[in-house]
Amino acid sequence: MSLFNRLLIIAVLLPAWLSAQVNISGKVTDGKKRPVAGANISIKDSYDGAVTKADGSFSFQVTPAGEQTLIATMAGYQPLEMKINTAESQQLDIVLKNAARELKVVTIAAGSFEASDEKKNTVLKPLDIVTTAGAGADIVNAIKTLPGTQQTNDREGLFVRGGTGYETQTVIDGMLVRNPFSSGVPDMPGRGRFSPFLFKGTTFSSGGYSAQYGQGLSSALILESTDLPARSSASAGVSVIGVNGGVETLSKDKRTSYGVEADYTNLAPYFNVVKPKQEVNLGPEIIGTSANFRRKTSKTGMLKFYGYANWSNMGFDYKSLEYPGSTESYQVRNHNIYTNMTYRENLGSGWKLYAGASFSTNTDKIKTDTLPKNPAETNIGVRSDLTQTKLMLTKGLGNFSALRVGAEYQYAVERSAFNQYNLNYVDNYAAGFAEADVYFTPAFAGRFGGRTEYSSVLGKVNFAPRASLAYKVGYNGQFTLAYGDYYQKPEPQYIRFDRGLDYMKATHYIASYQLLSNYYTFRTEVFYKQYKNLVKTVPDYNNNGDGFAKGIEVFWRDRKTVKNMDYWVSYSYLDTKRDYLNYPYRVQPDFAANHTASFVAKYFVTKIQTNFGLTYSFASGRPYYNPNQPVSKFMSDKTINYNSVGASVSYLTSIRKAFTIFVVQVSNVFNQQQVFGYRYSSDGLRRNEIVPNVPRFIFVGMFMNFGTDRRQDIINNL
Amino acid sequence: MKRFLLSLVVMAGISSATMAQSAQYEQTMAKNIGELDSTATFTPDALLQKAGLFERIGGAEKSQWQPYYYAAYCNVMSSLMQKDKSKVDGLADQAEADLTKAEQLNGNASEIACIKSLIATARLTVDPMNRGEQYGMISAKALEEGKQLNAENPRVYLLQGQALLYTPEAFGGSKTGGKALLEVALQKYAAFKPAGKLDPNWGEGYAKQLLQQASK
Repeated sequence: MSLFNRLLIIAVLLPAWLSAQVNISGKVTDGKKRPVAGANISIKDSYDGAVTKADGSFSFQVTPAGEQTLIATMAGYQPLEMKINTAESQQLDIVLKNAARELKVVTIAAGSFEASDEKKNTVLKPLDIVTTAGAGADIVNAIKTLPGTQQTNDREGLFVRGGTGYETQTVIDGMLVRNPFSSGVPDMPGRGRFSPFLFKGTTFSSGGYSAQYGQGLSSALILESTDLPARSSASAGVSVIGVNGGVETLSKDKRTSYGVEADYTNLAPYFNVVKPKQEVNLGPEIIGTSANFRRKTSKTGMLKFYGYANWSNMGFDYKSLEYPGSTESYQVRNHNIYTNMTYRENLGSGWKLYAGASFSTNTDKIKTDTLPKNPAETNIGVRSDLTQTKLMLTKGLGNFSALRVGAEYQYAVERSAFNQYNLNYVDNYAAGFAEADVYFTPAFAGRFGGRTEYSSVLGKVNFAPRASLAYKVGYNGQFTLAYGDYYQKPEPQYIRFDRGLDYMKATHYIASYQLLSNYYTFRTEVFYKQYKNLVKTVPDYNNNGDGFAKGIEVFWRDRKTVKNMDYWVSYSYLDTKRDYLNYPYRVQPDFAANHTASFVAKYFVTKIQTNFGLTYSFASGRPYYNPNQPVSKFMSDKTINYNSVGASVSYLTSIRKAFTIFVVQVSNVFNQQQVFGYRYSSDGLRRNEIVPNVPRFIFVGMFMNFGTDRRQDIINNL
Repeated sequence: MKRFLLSLVVMAGISSATMAQSAQYEQTMAKNIGELDSTATFTPDALLQKAGLFERIGGAEKSQWQPYYYAAYCNVMSSLMQKDKSKVDGLADQAEADLTKAEQLNGNASEIACIKSLIATARLTVDPMNRGEQYGMISAKALEEGKQLNAENPRVYLLQGQALLYTPEAFGGSKTGGKALLEVALQKYAAFKPAGKLDPNWGEGYAKQLLQQASK
C-alpha cells in the first residue's frame, strides 16, 4: 500500500478511530433537592446526551474529546452550561434553578375569590356558576357556596361576614350597579339581574378590597364582561318558567361585535301545578331585553357597551297576621334600565387608561292592601336614577409594580312617594383614589392606597386608607394581611328622612393563607371587622350604632382525586353583634348564623355526556325577634338549623348543529323544613313562620346555541 | 506532484469529515424518525427520550428545522398520551418552544400548522369543559391554515378526520364525516412525496388503522 493510500485511509477513518467511549452520568435536582425529570442533558454541538428519568438520573456515552460544554435544559428552569472533562467517565450532580419568569408572582388577594377564566388558577370559573346545583344559574346563589356568606334566602343580596345585603356592592366593568337584583316581594327576594354568561370573570371579595371600590362596607362582587365572542351565534332556550333567545354577530374583521337578547318569564303556569304557599294575584312575569356592542379599537384598545331593560310584575295574597280573617295583598311592578359603556387603552410608556360611564334607572310601584277590611289601597313608588363616570390611569412600574390613580363622580336622584306624599333627594357624589402595588421581590408585595369621598346629601368628606401585604411561601402557598377602612352612605330610606346622617364605617383586619395549584385550592382566613356609625332609628335617626364581626373560614376545592369529579367544601364560623336600627343594645342580628357550610360536587360522565351536580348547604339557626320576650332577652330566640340539598342533571348533546343542554334542577330535594324567622302580630299573640314560598322548586329547561356563519363549520368539523 | 497528492489527501480528509457530519445527521435522523413508528418508541416516556435527542440534534446542527419539528411532534404526542393531565401543559409548552424554532428556521409551514393543531388539542384535553371552546377553535383553525398552505398535505385530513371521529356527536363530531376525511387522507398519502428524505411523512398507517376502527 502506497503512502498515499495509507494517508487516505487514515484521513477518512480518523473520526471513527477516536470512538472509544466514556460514560457521563449523574442526577438533576432543583433548588429543593427534588429530582427533575425530563431535563435534556447534552454535550454542546453534538448529538450526545440523554433525558433524565423520573428520579432525575441520566447516563450516556460520549467520545472522549477533552474539555466539552455540557448543557442542561428544562422548560421552567434556567438553562445551565458547565465545562466537563470528557477524557474520563464523569458522575455529575446538576442543580437547576427556576427560571425567573416562571417564578409564580405573589398576588394581592386577601379576602377575594377570583372566578375568572383568564387566569389558570382560579377558584370558580363562569361555567362553574352555571353547573352549581341548587344555584339556578344565579351568580349570587353560586357565590353563597363560598365561605363568608350567609344562606339568607329570605332577603335580597349577599350577606357577608356579619354585614347586611346593602353592604355588598356589585360592580360591572368598574361601574357600580345600583339595583343588581330584580324586585321581589316580602320574604321572596329577587334573583340577580345578570346572566353569568355575560362575564368572563367574577371576583368575590369578602373584605379588604382595593381603593378602586367604595360604598360597600362588607363586600364587593366585581364582574368583568366578556370580550369579543369567538364567532357569530344565536341562542334559544325554553323552560318551565319561560323562553329566551338572542343573536350575537361578529364582524368579518373580527374587531366588532353586537348582540341583542330577549327573555320572557312567567311563573303562573308553574304555580298552577305546584301551588305556592302564598296565592299569586299578579304575574309573576318578567320581560327582559339587553343589547351589547364591543369594538376592538386598536391592538390594545377596547370599547364596550352593555344595555339592559327589564319589566316585571309580581303580586301575592297572604292571610293577614294583624287582622285574622283578612287578606293582605302585595303587588310590585318594576321597571329597570341599566347601561354601561367603558373604554380601555394603553397610552404607551407604561400608562393605561380606563374610562367608563353608566346610567341606570329603577322604578318600583308597590300596591298593598288589606282586604276586605281596608278598601283604600296604599301606593308606594320608589325611583332611583344614577348617572356615573369614572376615569382611571394605571402606570406600570418595573416588572410587576403599578400605580393607579382615578376619580369617579355619581349623580343620584332618589324619589319616593307614599300615597300623595313625596320624599325626594339628589346626591352628588365624588371620589378620588390612589393605590400602588409594590413588589419588593416577586414573592413579597404590598398594596398601599387610599380613597376619599364626598357626598353632597350628607355634606361630609371621608378618607379611607387601605393596605395589604402578600408573601409567597413555596411554589403554591401564600400569606396575606389586609387592613382597610370602608365607608358607605346610609340606605336611601333613612337619608330621605334625615339629611343630617353621616357615613357608616367598617374597618377590616384580615389574615389569610392559601395554597393554589392547578387542581387543588385550599384557603383559610381569619378576620375582625369593626362597625361604627351604623344607622339607628330610635329614638330618632342617628349614627350611634356600632358592632363587630369576627370569624374564621376554610375552603377546599379538589378537581383531581376522583376522575371527572370536582368538589368544594366551605365552612365559616362567624361571631357578630351589632346595635343598629331599633335594637336596644348589641346583639347577634337576625340575618347572621354562627356556622355555615356548603358542599358542592359535580361529576361528569363522559360516556353519556351528562353532568351530575349536588349541593348541600347548612346554616345554624338565626336569631329572631320575639316581642313576648323582655328587653333583656332581645333577639335571643333562634330558628331551627337550615339544611338544603340541591341536585341537577345536565345532558349535553347536539340537535342538528346546535349545541344543546337539557337541564333538570331540583332545589331542596328532601323537602327539609326551612325557617328563616318569624313575623309577629303587633300584639305579639300570633306569629307566622318565614319560609320559602315554594319549598321545593323543580326546573326543567333546554338551551341551544348555534353558529350563524361558516366559522361554526370549523368548530363542527373539529 | 507529491504536493499535489498531499493536498488532495488533505482535501479528501476534510471533505470526508464534513460529509461524515452530514451523513451522520442524515443517518441519525433517518434512524430515529424510522423508530417513531415502532410501538416500543410510541410510549409517553420513550417519546420524551426521542424529543430530547431531536432537540440535541437541532442544537448541534443549528440550521435544520426538521430536528425541532420532530422534537415538537414527540413532545406533543407524549402529552396527548399522558394519563396524568397535570403534565400536559408543560409538555405542550415544550412542544411549542420546539415548534417556534422550527418555524424560525423556515420549516414547512403546513406541517408546522398540523403540530400547532395537535398542541391545542392536547391543551384542550386538560379541561374540556372550560377549555373546549377556546382550544377547539385554535386547533381547527390551525388545520384550516395547514390546508390553505398545502391542500395536498395528507396529515391535515388525517387530523381533521381524527377530530371528527373522537369528538362526541353531541359536540359536532361525526363518524361518517370522519371516515370520509380519512379516506381523503389515504388518497393524499398515496400521492404524497415529501420534499426531502427527512421531511414529515408520518401517519399513513395510523390513518388506515383509524379507518378500520371506524368501519367496525
